Amino acid sequence: MSKANRFVGSPVERLEDLRLLRGRGRFVDDLTAEGVLNAVILRSPVAHGIIKGIDTSAALAIPGVVAVLTAEEIGRPVPTIPIRLFASKLTEPLEQPCIADRKVRYVGEPVVLVIAESQAIAEDACDAVVLDIETLPPVVTREAAEKGQSLLFDELGTNRCARFTAIKGDADDAFRNAAYRRRERFGVHRHTAVFMEGRGLLAEWFEEEGKLVVQGGAKVPFATRKALSKQMNLPEDKIEVHEADTGGGFGSRGEFYPEDFLIPFAARYVGKPIKWVEDRREHLACSNHSRETEVEAEIACDKNGMVLGLRGTAFVDSGAYVRTNGLINPRNVSQFMSGPYHVPNINIVTDFYLSNKGPVGTYRGPGRYETDYVRERLFDMAANDLGIDRVEFRRRNLVREDQMPYQLPQIVETKSGDELDSGNYEVTLDQCLAEFKWAEKVEKYDGKLIDGRYHGLGLHCFIEGGAAGPKENARLVLEKSGNVSVYVGSSQVGQGVVTVLTQIAADALEMPMDKIAIFHGSTTGTKEGFGSFHSRSTVMGGSAIVVAAASLQKLMREAAGRRFNCAPGEVTLEDGKAQGPGGKSLTFAELAEEDISIEESFFNHKHTWAYGTHATHIAVDPQTGQVEVLEYVAVEDVGRMVNPLTLGGQAVGAIVQGLGGTFLEHLIYDGEGQLLTGTFADYLLPTAGDFPRIRAIMTGNYPSPINPLGVKGAGEGGIIPVGGIMANAIASALRSFNVQPLELPLSPPRIWKLIDDARPAEAAE
Amino acid sequence: MPTSKHRAVFEVNGKAVDIEVESRTTLSDCLRHQLRLTGTHVGCEHGVCGACTIIIDGAAVRSCLTLAVQADGSQITTVEGISFDEGLTPLQTAFRKHHALQCGFCTPGMLMTAHALLTENPDVDEEGIRHVLSGNICRCTGYIPIIQAVLEARAAYKKPENA
Ligand code: FES
Ligand code: FES
Repeated sequence: MSKANRFVGSPVERLEDLRLLRGRGRFVDDLTAEGVLNAVILRSPVAHGIIKGIDTSAALAIPGVVAVLTAEEIGRPVPTIPIRLFASKLTEPLEQPCIADRKVRYVGEPVVLVIAESQAIAEDACDAVVLDIETLPPVVTREAAEKGQSLLFDELGTNRCARFTAIKGDADDAFRNAAYRRRERFGVHRHTAVFMEGRGLLAEWFEEEGKLVVQGGAKVPFATRKALSKQMNLPEDKIEVHEADTGGGFGSRGEFYPEDFLIPFAARYVGKPIKWVEDRREHLACSNHSRETEVEAEIACDKNGMVLGLRGTAFVDSGAYVRTNGLINPRNVSQFMSGPYHVPNINIVTDFYLSNKGPVGTYRGPGRYETDYVRERLFDMAANDLGIDRVEFRRRNLVREDQMPYQLPQIVETKSGDELDSGNYEVTLDQCLAEFKWAEKVEKYDGKLIDGRYHGLGLHCFIEGGAAGPKENARLVLEKSGNVSVYVGSSQVGQGVVTVLTQIAADALEMPMDKIAIFHGSTTGTKEGFGSFHSRSTVMGGSAIVVAAASLQKLMREAAGRRFNCAPGEVTLEDGKAQGPGGKSLTFAELAEEDISIEESFFNHKHTWAYGTHATHIAVDPQTGQVEVLEYVAVEDVGRMVNPLTLGGQAVGAIVQGLGGTFLEHLIYDGEGQLLTGTFADYLLPTAGDFPRIRAIMTGNYPSPINPLGVKGAGEGGIIPVGGIMANAIASALRSFNVQPLELPLSPPRIWKLIDDARPAEAAE
Repeated sequence: MPTSKHRAVFEVNGKAVDIEVESRTTLSDCLRHQLRLTGTHVGCEHGVCGACTIIIDGAAVRSCLTLAVQADGSQITTVEGISFDEGLTPLQTAFRKHHALQCGFCTPGMLMTAHALLTENPDVDEEGIRHVLSGNICRCTGYIPIIQAVLEARAAYKKPENA
């Protein structure tokens, strides 16, 4: 935009806060409807088995129980959850049926849906249902998945459900001739988003109009509507999906889950509004899991530390089905291993395997947290082996500004590539080093035993993709009041999208923020919409607003021109007035006597790439294996900042989530496929005392060339480097033991054992 | 199994309440669904996340671990009761200024815990704030802005010097 920016770039306080701070949010469980009934789901207690019988008679006999539904009542074939991204003929049979039919494949899979007059009665009724399930051997480990003696889908003949091969140059040739090679095996554990408000839905069926209204949609309400339309055999215009306030998303909320069909279906079935809200145990067992990955990777360099190639094989656990966006994780592990570096030769094969555990989907920085962990660990090892400083090693290999746009590897199976758009990666590296006082701290702390603890430093360069296409819509209406209503297909997932889009619209229309109202997260606002994922709301939604604002202003000038009898070009729009030659003037409200509105789309097939560097200083207690994060500094360039306040907030939040995932959080299954971490007392999230010293510095120095705002998708990035940087800092702290943490999480027992195993066996006898 | 009903008489945000509750109904459910005070949130129902924190007779309490019948005879304050009619309290203003909320789901619990803490000890230091707030989980902010907001709000809770 060429116009003066009054709002874009300023730390505008959020509009959302005024309601939320006073207890006036409208989260889905806050909503109700006349005569509403409650739904509770009875879930499979076993990981793998054949359903022999379901006896619901005792449940139906309980007063207050309205309906008890199984696959039988819902009707076969039971609708399945469509795969939203990278769907293929191959993965279609692996879609999850919305209620288990004949077979169960993970603990927590819905088997029976109970509708009753209260939540408590519905829970009583679930207890009264008798399930007869013949158990099958569960597939829990990688070994069992690969062996395939027990299969999740007999028809498939294997548990492998997809492969993504990233190719660039000729990796084998590069490795053959390389002066230096190193191969290691890395593991990342299963953990996930775990947002604070459980998922929930309120569905209402309006018989006369044949219309379904669903509250509690999020992220991609239009995709949800499309899926429902097919499953319930209803035209899309007879379905409304609305978003309430949402208590966190992080990639997981708003994807299609079994309940997204079951609850609307039940509402039509019983002809009453139905509400369902999950509890924490259901959430931990049944919302999309993520991250479980094993990688054997190898790096090749010349003797000066120039990286010649990366190659390897990876295993990603899919859980029991292939869900909406689960294929993103293995794809990203393959495609983005080279990160912000120039790596001329790449060959990474990632296999996606089914197991009898919760199905996976994306979680903030999907596949990137995992693949970055592998790369940055290898880089530190290579630099160390070659006797090159780790900063220098990274500096030599970063993609340079004159190499942009820079081609990433091709994915063979999907025949798709990607390219880095713009930026100067070395500048953020240097800024981070300066902010952190890297050189000074290396000297003072790195690898030293101070106060009984080993101190270490870590550094990590990364990129963060954003702005997934194909398009986003914005509809602008000049209201009779002279204000402008902006309808967007983007969604609110707690990221302050209303504030950010208001800032953008106010600048684009040259109007004050309080004259603009944003409407989002509803399928009724725009003809179509694509939602909030892949850090796309600001870029795609924002750009759509910019495009539509120009068109709206054009319409306003034309309308004024007709009234003033002058050419549209002679009209100026300023201070809420249209002015023409000879002092003619109309307020926007007067102008709006004629209907003025426009819907426009912004198309984009390329991605934006924010980028940056993180640095950290940690201390390891050798007696306990406990790691304390003493300092953490993040620098990230996002092309152009719309709101530094919300952006910095998201970066810090993402880093703390990453620290949780790296040190604390773990979805642990036992050998029978039972989830052992089903409460917040077992699945540990970071608390206020854990990571107090984190700073995020966001910059907007290198605008993206591929959208009118110059912005790049951001908000996920903070999480991406955390696993790698922490393992590297620990390795650096413990260099006197010559140990390498290869497995996440970096829990105290694991670190303690590394140290203990490396100690000379003095007292052995 | 359906359980027996009991009468509970208490005060919420200065208003008298006289209701019948099932013995198994938690206070959080009673506030949210019977009294429609939905500002109090429920994030775990097992006493770990702190989203449901309210103030009962001056003490910060987890309403998911309290039965509604136990509230009989008490004075309760929820997030709806700390706000001025319009506008924000100094604690709320500090939350907004420091961007101490993103999704806002943990916020009522954070505000109530902080309000109880600052009412009792307006001189609490950063470590003390972190210690007390570590009973409330926030998944969005990373806590740093929340701590800053509570530190800043201390001033408003201090008693005037020579009162
Ligand atoms: S809901 Fe009460 S502590 Fe989590
Ligand atoms: S603001 Fe989302 S959980 Fe705290």
